[in-house]
Amino acid sequence: MFAQRLQFAGMFVALLLAMIPGSAQALSVPDTFPLNPKGTLYESFQFNHAKHIKLTRECSGCHHHTTGTLVEDPNCIRCHRNSSENKVVQCRGCHHEDPFSAATLREKNSNRNAYHQDKPGLKGAMHRNCIGCHTKVSRGPIGCNDCHKRKKAGDEFYYSGNFTPRGKPDKGEH
Amino acid sequence: MKRRDFLKVCLAGGATATMGGLCGKAWGSTSFEGYPDGMGVLVDTTRCIGCRSCEAACNKEQKMPEPEVPFDDTSVFDETRRTDEKALTVVNRYIPKESDKGPVYRKQQCNHCNEPACLTSCFVNAYTKTKEGAVTYNPKICVGCRNCMIACPFNMPGYSYSSAFNPVVKKCIFCYDTRLKFGRPPACVDICPQEALTFGHRKDILKLAHERIRETPDRYYDHVYGENEVGGTSWLYISNINPDQLGMDTTLGNEPIISNVKDFLGTVPMVLTIWPALFTGIHLLATRNKDHHDDHTNHSEQEDGKP
Repeated sequence: MFAQRLQFAGMFVALLLAMIPGSAQALSVPDTFPLNPKGTLYESFQFNHAKHIKLTRECSGCHHHTTGTLVEDPNCIRCHRNSSENKVVQCRGCHHEDPFSAATLREKNSNRNAYHQDKPGLKGAMHRNCIGCHTKVSRGPIGCNDCHKRKKAGDEFYYSGNFTPRGKPDKGEH
Repeated sequence: MKRRDFLKVCLAGGATATMGGLCGKAWGSTSFEGYPDGMGVLVDTTRCIGCRSCEAACNKEQKMPEPEVPFDDTSVFDETRRTDEKALTVVNRYIPKESDKGPVYRKQQCNHCNEPACLTSCFVNAYTKTKEGAVTYNPKICVGCRNCMIACPFNMPGYSYSSAFNPVVKKCIFCYDTRLKFGRPPACVDICPQEALTFGHRKDILKLAHERIRETPDRYYDHVYGENEVGGTSWLYISNINPDQLGMDTTLGNEPIISNVKDFLGTVPMVLTIWPALFTGIHLLATRNKDHHDDHTNHSEQEDGKP
């Protein structure tokens, strides 16, 4: 009985959320949220969104034209000067999780008039966004383990940590 | 490969070559620009951060032996490495001449040529250019002559020198058996965190390459390596510096390697079929009178010897 009520309450909340326009939802974004949730080689980690808002101020620095402040890139302005905010502003709203699968390539091929043919996949977009900016401002983590800790499966994959090859002469001896 | 099979293939090959020789010129003058649906990979060195994940992924996918040092060890960049029996792909670091540019990393592996020189040089047909664009290799019929290693303009095939009894050639096969065949990108492309490797139809990624250079000319050196080199390759490279500085041979020209030998090889069947008959005839004609003369001499010699 109680579970049923809870279910109803959940549905009601979901309905309410769906009625709120996209911009308002963007404002209700949590301060931190997990990235790399499905990682097999590296752990999932908490991304501090609030901290990045304070540091960059411009939403468009990461989110292009999809939310918040206006787009600044002169190349993007040509089309997106007056673009309205997107419903989904998360990276995966546009960037494919599987950019090179046969299905994705087929989809690309069927829409040859689209301007953004060279859109990076989700993993590429996030790494280039993060590492690119951190390198540019000489601040923030750049190394693999600085953001996400490698799992045991990752150590095995890279032959590192406990899986470091043994019995080979040290480089110094040569 | 059994000796009998080898001889059979030789005979069949000889017959085909003779046929080819007869209708020779048409075959010799066409050029092959890759299969229409052939796939390819665009390597953008401006995106590569030298993490060596592609090397690790390749090692796992192709079930290669344990490496000498971990795949996250960047000390390997101190020297320039090449592909070998233990590594089908390697990443090297290059320091540009322009001091304002940082180090550039370039992944290298078989470039999967449109008209592969290794395939041309292989006399047991161990190599295949598949319709997906991969240049695959069948170790079961390889006799270990290593002609392909000499023929390859990019010095890619490695050889298992460590194996005393069954040494074979080792090279990247575009993950054909496990991935490409099923329409999936190779393992190195899948793992690349920076998407420095872009997988797609060759004709599409070629357009992407030119588009990237056009949109951001300050970021790139205006050349797509592999577009035309040795007749074109499935793997293409763009970079912020001259490919020359990235250890890439810029003197190869745009003609496929097979063009260097096609004319010569076209004459081989003719030499084998016409020359024996022709010269036997000439020999017979030339020696007809001589035989008579010889007989006479012998005869006179015998006569001389009589008394």
